[in-house]
Amino acid sequence: MKVHVDMNLCQAHGECVFAAPDVFELHDDDSLTWVEEVGEDRRAAVEQAAQVCPMMAIRLEG
Amino acid sequence: MRIVVVGASLAGLRAAQALRSAGHAGELFVVGDEQRLPYTRPPLSKELLAGAHTVEQCDFPCDELDVTWRLGAAAAALDRDAKAVVLADGERIAYDRLIVATGCRARTWTGPGAELAGLHTLRDIDDTLALRRELEAGSRKVAVVGAGFVGAEVAATARGLGLDVTLIDVAPHPLLPLGPLLGERCAQLHRDRGVELKLATGVKGFRGKGAQGGAAGARGPAGGSAAAAAGAASATADGAPAAATPGAADAGSGARPTADRVAAVVLDDGSEVAADVVVVALGALPNTEWLAGSGLTLDPGLVCDATLTSVDDPDVLCAGDATSWPHPLADGATIRVEHWTNAAEQGAAAARNALAPAAERTPYAAAPYFWSDQYDVKIQAVGLPGRAERIELLEESPEGDRLVAVGVRDGKVIAAVAFNAVRRLAWYRRQLADPPSFEQVAAAVAADDRALGAPSGVGR
Repeated sequence: MKVHVDMNLCQAHGECVFAAPDVFELHDDDSLTWVEEVGEDRRAAVEQAAQVCPMMAIRLEG
Repeated sequence: MRIVVVGASLAGLRAAQALRSAGHAGELFVVGDEQRLPYTRPPLSKELLAGAHTVEQCDFPCDELDVTWRLGAAAAALDRDAKAVVLADGERIAYDRLIVATGCRARTWTGPGAELAGLHTLRDIDDTLALRRELEAGSRKVAVVGAGFVGAEVAATARGLGLDVTLIDVAPHPLLPLGPLLGERCAQLHRDRGVELKLATGVKGFRGKGAQGGAAGARGPAGGSAAAAAGAASATADGAPAAATPGAADAGSGARPTADRVAAVVLDDGSEVAADVVVVALGALPNTEWLAGSGLTLDPGLVCDATLTSVDDPDVLCAGDATSWPHPLADGATIRVEHWTNAAEQGAAAARNALAPAAERTPYAAAPYFWSDQYDVKIQAVGLPGRAERIELLEESPEGDRLVAVGVRDGKVIAAVAFNAVRRLAWYRRQLADPPSFEQVAAAVAADDRALGAPSGVGR
C-alpha cells in the first residue's frame, strides 16, 4: 500500500504520528516525513491516520 | 441488522465509514438536517471565510460509501418502544442500533437587537457564505461578540481581510479554557495586528440604524450611553421587524427590505461599538432536544458510559459534540468535547462498539486534541485544559513566538497547550495516558535539551 501526503495541505497537526508512529514522523522543525510503501499489517493504523488528519492530506493507494 | 446514524457531519460520517470497514453488511442509514453531504467545518471560520478555499474543498470524500442518505431531514423524535427514529416530515426509520451524532448548533443572541439584519452566527457553510458576502459587499467594521475559538478565529480572519475588527467578551481574556496566561498571549496576538479588544465587557444588545435617527447616527462615535441603550431596547419590541421603528425606512434597500440593519453593539456601560456586521460567537448547544421524550438521560448531552453507549439503552450509542461520557482525565466525571478530532475518533469508536455486544464494548478514553489557527500562530492543545486549576508555562523560545504550557489539577498534568510547537506537544501528549505529577513533567522538561529555550532551562 502506498501512502501519499499532500504537503500543500499538511499543517503539521501530528495526528498521523499518533495513529501510526512507525509510518509518520515529525521533526524538530515541525516538518513531516513518512514511509511511502507500507505492508498490509499497517493498513489499519494508516487508515486511522488518514481519517484523523484534520486537513485530509493523507491518501492511500492500493 | 439495520444501523441508523442520526447526524451527517464528521462524527456521523466516520461512524458510517467505520461500520462498513468493520464489516457491517446490513442496512445503514445516515440522517442529516442539512442538504449537503458531510463537510469539514474548521475552514468555515478561516479559509472558507477568507475566500482561500472553495466550498468543494470542504467536502469529505464519501462517494464510495454505501449508505442510504436522508439529507435535509431533521430528526424530530426517538420512539424507543418501536425502535424508530421519527423525522420532521413524519417518516419513521426503524433501527436495530442507533448512533446519535447530532452535534451542536451555535448559541444565538436572543436579547435586544436580535432581529437586526447583519447579525451572524457561524456553524455551517451557509453561515460562512452569508457572512463572507457581507464582508465582500463593503462592510468595514466588524464586531465579534465572544472571544472563544470561533470568535477569535473569525476576528483574525476578518482582520486578515483588512477590516476594522473589535473583539468583545465578558471574560477577562480570550480562549477562556486556556486560562489567563495563555489567554493574555492570545489577546496580544490580536492587539499586535490591530484588533481592538474589549474584554471583561458585557453586551447589552445591538442597535439598528433606524433606532437613533437613521444611518448618520449609526456612524457616529461610540458613547451614546443611556440613550443608545434605550434605543437598542426599543428596536427589539416583540422581535418584530424594525420597519415599525421610526427612521428604519432608509434600511429598506437591499436583500432584507423589512429588517433594520445593525449599526452598533451596545455595551453594558451603555457605550457603543460601531459595526456594519456583527458575529455572535457565544458557544454551542448540543442538538439533543429531539431526544427529550425518549427517556434517555440528557445533561443536555446524551449521557453515555465509557463505551459511548447510552446509560439507559444498549442499542443507542453517541459520538461527537452531543456526547457526555466519563473520561479518566476528569476522574470519571462526564465531559462533552466540541472539537474536530473527538468527533472523528468517537464516530469510529461508537461504530465499532455498535457492532459488538454490550459486554464486549471498549472504552473511548483518548485525550482530547484540538487546535486553533489565528494569524500565523497554531495553537494546539491536548487533554482537558478547561479543567485545570492552573496553567504553568514550561517552555518558551527565546523569541517568545513558541511555547508549551501545561494544565495542572490535583498536582497532576491533565493538559498541554502549545503555540507553534507541535513536535514538543507530542511528548506531552504521550504523558497524558497516565497523568504524571507536575514536578515529574517540569523535571523532565528541564533536563531535555530539545525543550524550547534549552539549555537555559525552563522559561518560568
